[in-house]
Amino acid sequence: MRCCLVKWILSSTAPQGSDSSDGELELSAVRHQPEGLDQLQAQTKFTKKELQSLYRGFKNECPTGLVDEDTFKLIYAQFFPQGDATTYAHFLFNAFDADGNGAIHFEDFVVGLSILLRGTVHEKLKWAFNLYDINKDGYITKEEMLAIMKSIYDMMGRHTYPILREDTPAEHVERFFQKMDRNQDGVVTIEEFLETCQKDENIMSSMQLFENVI
Amino acid sequence: MAAGLATWLPFARAAAVGWLPLAQQPLPPAPGVKTSRGDEVLVVNVSGRRFETWKNTLDRYPDTLLGSSEKEFFYDADSGEYFFDRDPDMFRHVLNFYRTGRLHCPRQECIQAFDEELAFYGLVPELVGDCCLEEYRDRKKENAERLAEDEEAEQAGDGPALPAGSSLRQRLWRAFENPHTSTAALVFYYVTGFFIAVSVIANVVETIPCRGAARRSSREQPCGERFPQAFFCMDTACVLIFTGEYLLRLFAAPSRCRFLRSVMSLIDVVAILPYYIGLLVPKNDDVSGAFVTLRVFRVFRIFKFSRHSQGLRILGYTLKSCASELGFLLFSLTMAIIIFATVMFYAEKGTNKTNFTSIPAAFWYTIVTMTTLGYGDMVPSTIAGKIFGSICSLSGVLVIALPVPVIVSNFSRIYHQNQRADKRRAQQKVRLARIRLAKSGTTNAFLQYKQNGGLEDSSSGEEQALCVRTRSAFEQQHHHLLHCLEKTTCHEFTDELTFSQALGAVSPGGRTSRSTSVSSQPMGHGSLLSSCCPRRAKRRAIRLANSTASVSRGSMQELDMLAGLRRSPAPQSRSSLNAKPHDSLDLNCDSRDFVAAIISIPTPPANTPDESQPSSPGGGSRAGSTLRNSSLGTPCLFPETVKISSL
Repeated sequence: MRCCLVKWILSSTAPQGSDSSDGELELSAVRHQPEGLDQLQAQTKFTKKELQSLYRGFKNECPTGLVDEDTFKLIYAQFFPQGDATTYAHFLFNAFDADGNGAIHFEDFVVGLSILLRGTVHEKLKWAFNLYDINKDGYITKEEMLAIMKSIYDMMGRHTYPILREDTPAEHVERFFQKMDRNQDGVVTIEEFLETCQKDENIMSSMQLFENVI
Repeated sequence: MAAGLATWLPFARAAAVGWLPLAQQPLPPAPGVKTSRGDEVLVVNVSGRRFETWKNTLDRYPDTLLGSSEKEFFYDADSGEYFFDRDPDMFRHVLNFYRTGRLHCPRQECIQAFDEELAFYGLVPELVGDCCLEEYRDRKKENAERLAEDEEAEQAGDGPALPAGSSLRQRLWRAFENPHTSTAALVFYYVTGFFIAVSVIANVVETIPCRGAARRSSREQPCGERFPQAFFCMDTACVLIFTGEYLLRLFAAPSRCRFLRSVMSLIDVVAILPYYIGLLVPKNDDVSGAFVTLRVFRVFRIFKFSRHSQGLRILGYTLKSCASELGFLLFSLTMAIIIFATVMFYAEKGTNKTNFTSIPAAFWYTIVTMTTLGYGDMVPSTIAGKIFGSICSLSGVLVIALPVPVIVSNFSRIYHQNQRADKRRAQQKVRLARIRLAKSGTTNAFLQYKQNGGLEDSSSGEEQALCVRTRSAFEQQHHHLLHCLEKTTCHEFTDELTFSQALGAVSPGGRTSRSTSVSSQPMGHGSLLSSCCPRRAKRRAIRLANSTASVSRGSMQELDMLAGLRRSPAPQSRSSLNAKPHDSLDLNCDSRDFVAAIISIPTPPANTPDESQPSSPGGGSRAGSTLRNSSLGTPCLFPETVKISSL
């Protein structure tokens, strides 16, 4: 009987975390291999050499071939040390993660980059619209825009000139909606967005800015 | 700037397309980075062993030998490879640093050799990764200590090297602290030790009942009362010696206050005081009772041995550091004692002629039982009492026997841990400082880049090239990214100083203007609108003002302005390189009074190209070195050097 008592004592104090550790094992065993080079070349507008160098960098950073959201936030935060880039990184992550499985793999990465760097103006604007449309329902509401705007202003941090006020993002959102929302129905659809952007010279001229990034 | 950042930067820049529709200002043009000729493989020949790597890998760290143009000095055109006449085994670690971003420390190599290799390749030892950092530092410290010991031993071997002009005090103190330095000190050391022993033994012996020569006395006397003179003489002698020693130590101590407060001196005082008190107190019967108690303190003389014994000192120290564990043991014991005493008292309450008269009386029983002593002077008689008594003794075994080995092992663990904890705390500070440095380095680089007017759209291409030439491609692109963010949000990055100054200027509602010049509309609290145009004009105005102040060294007022401005607009855009004379100094809305005061000076700016050039490359080159420790001092240095160049 004593050994039963001892066993009961031991089992009741056994670490409960055995399930989570199994889960961790599972995650780390997951790897992702990208599709073949030729397929990727067909899907994107990068040359073979560019794809090779992109993949080398990507694989160096993420040996498992997947980027999860926390890692992504960490990486993105390093570019904006003064502010808090986590919220915007979250939105970006969702924009890149096409199939919504919680991890970016190389195809997502490269397809996204292809649109942003080598796509037509139309495609880039569509990508931007997709970024702003948080719930992907085809409409940008004021709340979604406000969330995006706040996250962008968060990246600036506290030490800015002129000093950031509480309602600066909201004002910016107002201006955006005044510009974009043609029929004043409180949401911006993709057509309104595309139309307005294509008429704006500033936006059009800066679309070519990032083409030589790679 | 880890390897990772360089990989992800294109991604972050591409994602900036998401800001485009939101930007209220046109975004700045991208830096004209020459398109990569495709990645090429470099061959590095280190003493015959060939290493091959991509050029991009080496370019990740541009301020090291391999990452900069310094490696061109080692290029051998005939063989088309870079030849280094160094250790190939060590080079492996250096190259892995470029590949993975972490510098590992080889276990089987000499630390000195490793350091030399790092110095050659331009890597700072702080880059050693966290996994190897502790060991690296330990080995380095060990090495340094060993070298220092060797040096000391060499010096000591030459003879007792006392500083020539040492006074009697210093020599005395040294003799006291280090008995091995001279024969006299050694003799003194042993003599005091002997007398401490004598005194303690005398204290012990004087209480032994000794059979007197005359057996007639029925009452046995303790020796102390049989031979009072002898004991008194011995006591006096010991106390005299101890007093002498104490006074000598007091005289020789370099810091008397500290000596008075130290533990050893307190023990000395407590050891000799009872004797003197005994001398002073008259021999009354009622007082002598108290006097007898004082004699107990003579036992503290035994603690004087701790000066002679290293082990005793260590024991004392570890007890002190284990105080919390001991306290916990005491606390849990007290809890258990109270519980069981209460239970026993109430269990035995019914019996008459019981020993358990009260709960405190039951404390004695509980303690004796729990420590398994079991004197038997108090025993329970009821059945309930016996049951609880047995539970008490069983639990006593557990409560006492378990923590004691834990405390014993705690001794050694805590001792080692203390040493390691101090080390780790120091390393943690260094680590945090490194992270903070890297962060602030990036920000400062960008702010200084802005200061150099590198963000001017309409600058002459040459001058801008001069400023920005010393920045790496990565930095250029990263700064462009940050600039895009600024333009999107219509706010600028500043450093803490400017920000706090701006805060200070806002709340009191502006400073009192010193001139009666063109002062704008009265500034209210809400007028700090982030409207872009007046802000730009104001920036130019400040820049203008700086240049004017630098040219006209006239009035005190201007110099005061400059002194006041030196801090605040310096981070914004200090260089007057590209101010155009025909700028309209139109300050509509939010102007600051000090700006208005300066604008009142109507001198046109006399910006000469050669005045501008000395300041910019200095700033530009500083912007490039973010990994070097010198960047720590850069924010402080920069305003000073700029002032020199301008005045």
